[in-house]
Amino acid sequence: MSRGRALAWYLLLTTLSVLVLAPIYFLLVRAISDPTKAFTSSVLTPQGVRFDGFSQAWERGNLGGALVRSLVVTVGITTLQVTTSVLAAYAFAFLRFPFKRVLFAVFMATLLLPLEVTLLPNLHTMRDLGWFDSYQGLIMPFAAAAFGTFLIRQGFLGIPSEIRDAARLEGWSHLQFLVRFAVPLTRPVIASFSVISFMGAFNQYLWPRAIITDAESWATVQIALRGLTSRIEQSNVPVAGAVIAAVPIVIVLILFQRQIVRGLTAGAVKG
Amino acid sequence: MIARQEATVSDSGRLREALTALAFIAPSLVVFWAFSFYPFQQLILRGLYRNNASGTNLRWVGWEQYGDVLAGNEFRDGLWHSMQFVLFTVPAGLVLGTVLAVAANRRLRGIKVFQTIFSSTIATSTAVASVVFLVLINQQIGVYQGGVPGFGSQAILENPSTAMFGVSLSAIWQNLGLSFVIVLAGLQAIPQEVEEAATLDGYGPVRRFFRITLPMISPVLLFLVVVLVIFALQAFAPIELLTSGGPARSTETLVYKIFERQTPDLLGEGAVLSVGLFGVTFLVTLGQFLLLERRVHYGS
Repeated sequence: MSRGRALAWYLLLTTLSVLVLAPIYFLLVRAISDPTKAFTSSVLTPQGVRFDGFSQAWERGNLGGALVRSLVVTVGITTLQVTTSVLAAYAFAFLRFPFKRVLFAVFMATLLLPLEVTLLPNLHTMRDLGWFDSYQGLIMPFAAAAFGTFLIRQGFLGIPSEIRDAARLEGWSHLQFLVRFAVPLTRPVIASFSVISFMGAFNQYLWPRAIITDAESWATVQIALRGLTSRIEQSNVPVAGAVIAAVPIVIVLILFQRQIVRGLTAGAVKG
Repeated sequence: MIARQEATVSDSGRLREALTALAFIAPSLVVFWAFSFYPFQQLILRGLYRNNASGTNLRWVGWEQYGDVLAGNEFRDGLWHSMQFVLFTVPAGLVLGTVLAVAANRRLRGIKVFQTIFSSTIATSTAVASVVFLVLINQQIGVYQGGVPGFGSQAILENPSTAMFGVSLSAIWQNLGLSFVIVLAGLQAIPQEVEEAATLDGYGPVRRFFRITLPMISPVLLFLVVVLVIFALQAFAPIELLTSGGPARSTETLVYKIFERQTPDLLGEGAVLSVGLFGVTFLVTLGQFLLLERRVHYGS
């Protein structure tokens, strides 16, 4: 590319970057603006700079407790999803058993039954079990994942058959082969799914919103953020709360960008 | 003799293998049964029963309630609002994702920085993205408190004709990162030689894009359409946080209406609306594959 065209391209990229990031810029400006002065002169720069929005959001939204709960729920969901998906994926990739294709279709059919569809009867189940405002209620409906099973199965199918045959000749049990070979060999796929699962769980909104009745002591971060928006006129507080709520996933994104991209695009591009 | 012995061994081996498989898929199956299939069955059954105003005295009415609700105003309005959400967010996601991906698919110094910026909205949750758009367009605290030009001076979220568009904006922005990442992966999978051959054939950049690039990434775009449509049909947080279904119930989507029907008196109607949402999701997904499968180009 010529110098001039490269320069034009950088200009385009910079313009697009500004457009993508502008909403975040306005969010940060508002988080440190005095809500009573926010509009007096310009919306582009913070007005009456103050940082107490963050501490107020932290206290009023009980964000410390909410972060701990969100992490417990998220780690719980991710661990369970990865475990159940790895086991099921192994069966679908390596084992022969009756109704295998039908059962695989049954797994994939759950993709058409998200919690948005089954919300009302699931709430009924929660009431019967007494799982409102509980970790089991927040975690268990997400303890298995068709997407994870599919993704990890693809990874397992990529393991050369010589390795499997060798393990069989050595007399390894399936569990041994799974733990010592299959999982280590597909670590990139499992890592991608883990990160995607973690982000999805941390960002959940509808289900926690529905089964948390005692927000004071059970709100996850997203639900605590909702609580903060009820006093919107003190705009720096809910907005600072949103910044705090985004921090954990921003950290995850920085640390695991490669895995996330691989996981998100796994269904889109073959190979 | 020997052959028979072998057969016995392999028979018991088969059985053991099947039992191992059962043990491995059982945890997932239990979860799927308890929280997907059993509730779905409950949903369909519940729709067959009507309840009185206090939610008790269930009466079996067959498919009558299905007919009433699915032909009624609530379902029609909810479906229309959900479809509006789809129409605002999906084409925008496709176009913007493609623009960002084409721009960032260049061998330039520092391109990684731009790729990171373009994918950055992946880090936002629907709740965080909603608060971002409260800051941008809310009538009280928004950076922009005016209306959509041509639709009067009412703030975007306060005007029943534009509120759905306003809510969609937050989803469009939040989906940018995902759309970008998916389309970029598609572009990067195009073999270098294909683009080079097109250039040698005298194709200009525009013609090359529409004749070569776009057909080559059409499977990826189809995948993105499916993902975005499903996201749009399931959206809830931006509606609750930006408009609470208002003004004048103009942003009550199907999911929002279902969420509002948790009380016993509305459960029958809620169950039918849920089955309706399932049907719509199913048909849209199926339709997209049947219609588009033939028209998109799958490389060998």
